[in-house]
Amino acid sequence: MFQLQHFLYLGALLFSVGLIIIITKRNAIMVLLGIELMLNASNLNLVAFNQINPATIDGQFFSLFVIIVAVCEAAVGLALVLRVYHEHKTSVPDELHELKE
Amino acid sequence: MTVLNFIFYFLEAVAALSAISIIFIRNVFYGALLLITCLLALAGIYVLAFAEFIAVTQILIYAGGILVIIIFGIMLTSKISGKSLMVEHTNLFSGVLAGLTFLGLLLYFISSQKFNPFSTAKPTPEKSIQAFGTGLMTDFILPFEIAGLLLLVALIGAAVVASSIKSKNS
Repeated sequence: MFQLQHFLYLGALLFSVGLIIIITKRNAIMVLLGIELMLNASNLNLVAFNQINPATIDGQFFSLFVIIVAVCEAAVGLALVLRVYHEHKTSVPDELHELKE
Repeated sequence: MTVLNFIFYFLEAVAALSAISIIFIRNVFYGALLLITCLLALAGIYVLAFAEFIAVTQILIYAGGILVIIIFGIMLTSKISGKSLMVEHTNLFSGVLAGLTFLGLLLYFISSQKFNPFSTAKPTPEKSIQAFGTGLMTDFILPFEIAGLLLLVALIGAAVVASSIKSKNS
């Protein structure tokens, strides 16, 4: 019904936007937002390619497990951000340079 | 069919615009709200792509779970120092260059590919969700159990890392 390319264009756009957010933003929470966007882009591609053969729903299983891993990543990542904030009073990744000195 | 097409392109535009505007926003809280908008639009696209279970899971877990955690994180990290939620940009040129280069490569290769057309037989929602349940209990039982274990480990790990118990010796 819908063109497969349109799903893939949106997925490519979301992935690139996530990449730009990860590189440019100076805040650990914004970096986590960018990672969520990239995971969603991959999910969109999995769901879109599942439409080629809708009798088997392997792509949807894949995207379900991607969502589960994304949940774990977000929980542990935000716990780490909170911990680092308590220890160093900053949430800017560039200011954490203890190992460098 | 045209109404469905209109809804599909509308949801795609909402997802794309809200994702792009995260780049230009400086407030972390607005960024989280824009991410909610993008994820809900993606859930609508999943419904149109015959993935109802994934759509419901997306709404429950992302909009209900991850975004609440992120907003908690924003509020907890801004409360301690009393600083504002503004974010500065860094590496602006290199980041935009890398992103646009990657986007251009992806668009070029996607548009130069010929994909198989969709098969005309569409699954009914009841059969799809039924197949999902039986699949999780038969073919995908090992990943399912490992996912449960991973969730338990992540829960314990997050609780331990975020707890403010200081060790006595240090």
